Amino acid sequence: METLYAITTGVLTACGLYLTLRGRTFPVVVGLTLTSYAVNLFLFSMGGLTTDGAAIVHGDGRYADPLPQALVLTAIVIGFAMTAFVVILAMRARSEAGNDHVDGKKEDRE
Amino acid sequence: MIQHLIVLPVIVPLVAGILLLYQRQGLIRYKRTVSVIATILMLLVAIGLVNMAIQGEIVYYALGDWQPPFGIVLVLDRLSALMLLLTALLAIGAVIYACAGDDEKGSNFHGLFQWQLLGINGAFLTGDLFNLFVFFEVLLLASYALLLHGGGKARIQASVHYVVLNLAGSSLFLIAVGILYGATGTLNMADMAQRLANLPAEREGLVTAGALMLLVVFGLKAAVVPLYFWLPRAYAAAPAPVAALFAIMTKVGIYAILRVYTLMFSDSAGTLAALEQSWIWWLALATLAVAGVGVIAARDLRLLVAYLVLISVGTLLAGVGIRSPEAISALLYYLVHTTLVTGGLFLLADMIGQQRGKAGTRIVKGRPMVQGGGLALLFFIGSIAVIGMPPLSGAIGKALVLNAAEGTQRLWLWPLLLLASLASLIALSRAGSTMFWRSQRGSLSGSVLPRRQWLGVIWLLSAAPLLVALAGPISAYTQATAEQLTNPQRLIDTLLPDAEEAL
Repeated sequence: METLYAITTGVLTACGLYLTLRGRTFPVVVGLTLTSYAVNLFLFSMGGLTTDGAAIVHGDGRYADPLPQALVLTAIVIGFAMTAFVVILAMRARSEAGNDHVDGKKEDRE
Repeated sequence: MIQHLIVLPVIVPLVAGILLLYQRQGLIRYKRTVSVIATILMLLVAIGLVNMAIQGEIVYYALGDWQPPFGIVLVLDRLSALMLLLTALLAIGAVIYACAGDDEKGSNFHGLFQWQLLGINGAFLTGDLFNLFVFFEVLLLASYALLLHGGGKARIQASVHYVVLNLAGSSLFLIAVGILYGATGTLNMADMAQRLANLPAEREGLVTAGALMLLVVFGLKAAVVPLYFWLPRAYAAAPAPVAALFAIMTKVGIYAILRVYTLMFSDSAGTLAALEQSWIWWLALATLAVAGVGVIAARDLRLLVAYLVLISVGTLLAGVGIRSPEAISALLYYLVHTTLVTGGLFLLADMIGQQRGKAGTRIVKGRPMVQGGGLALLFFIGSIAVIGMPPLSGAIGKALVLNAAEGTQRLWLWPLLLLASLASLIALSRAGSTMFWRSQRGSLSGSVLPRRQWLGVIWLLSAAPLLVALAGPISAYTQATAEQLTNPQRLIDTLLPDAEEAL
């Protein structure tokens, strides 16, 4: 399971990074969103991956670390707020500059 | 009551921000009153906290009474008390200035302003790494909205870069926190410091990666070369009171570097001790060099002041890079000076721009100004202070930093810092003489500026002579702070008294 999980996180991060570096605001927003998904997955895995473990320490010592779950919850909420904000900002930039380039440039050299 | 004082710098702006949410036309006087009262209250609290911290004891506040290392703690030591006081002083100047009319150019200025203070104060107080992230997000989200206050093409363009960069930075922050948590199993900074001292060798690589990633994040906030590109445009485009408040934002990054690396990667961390030092030292020098060129090249007064902020970042980080108690003490003195003076200069640049009408803040010839004399006097005082010429506070601050460098460090720091100061001397005298002396003949331009704006600027710029007059007590305080920072064991013992027995 660890391998699959690591590959998924890696692919998401790579895609997010590539899209964030694009020149148009829409891919950038999608890229940031993908990166934040990857980060959430990554955070979740930092307590170690446990299957069928209770989130509370039980007598038998098999438990899933509850702290990363709380961290991810916080990170998701903050990530949602930020995504909403950046989408609105991108719309404003589009209407003010007349195009959706991140630098507000007219000419298209992509 | 007295033990709850520590949490008030977070509670006061939060409550004020909620009160200010109430939206209706014609409420501007109510909003201004609430905002100014809350800021003054924060100053009083900060003075109380400095009085508590000056005794040298470290006090912590366990939220919800969950004791460390399990709960989130707010920690008050000399450094955090000093930063809180500085924030409150800067905020008063900015909020008084904003009450002259800048707050009416968009919606909900005062509420966002208070929440920005909430984030800044929280970041200075927290003793938990993830909580630091949360407070960073609070202050960033407020700063995004404040940067856009009033709208306009330049602001939106600058905001796009600022927001995207900081969102990427937040992701990196989370990854770094995740790595450090995975490697040590705790988020409390004091607890983490203790666990790093007994770290298994195979996890050292992981911790190094996490720690250096944190450095990237804090470097982005502090605007270090090569992560500074967002700063000049954002600061030059921001509304004046917001730009003045942003003068503390780069210092939040520097504070975080100081806090995290002196506490967690102190000498007790074994092979991981001072792992950031060489990076910070060389990046600080590069920042100084780039900022010196930027100051000379700036063709707009606000851009010029933004590059002056960058010079101060380079100087402060050089102090962090030297890492001796003398250097930390020197940089804290310089930090107080530079935050207040550059904040005041941002406000002053806006006043000059208003009075010059069409010429604005561009450094070109224009018509003479109605209140040119007063503005020129303030500009002169601010410039002397920021360049670092005697008799004002900049001279003492820079001399202390220069004096703290030792051996070969002097060979690098002295020429670069002095050349950067020379560059700002040239740029500021050119700007001043162009705007105040080389004016064309003709009718006077601009109308009389509101008294609140003068009050805000004078409040901030009066720091320069006051810091000289009070240099003795202030440097005694910063020396004690540096001594406290270089002995992190005391903080760890305060927060985790049982740890000795457990080991």
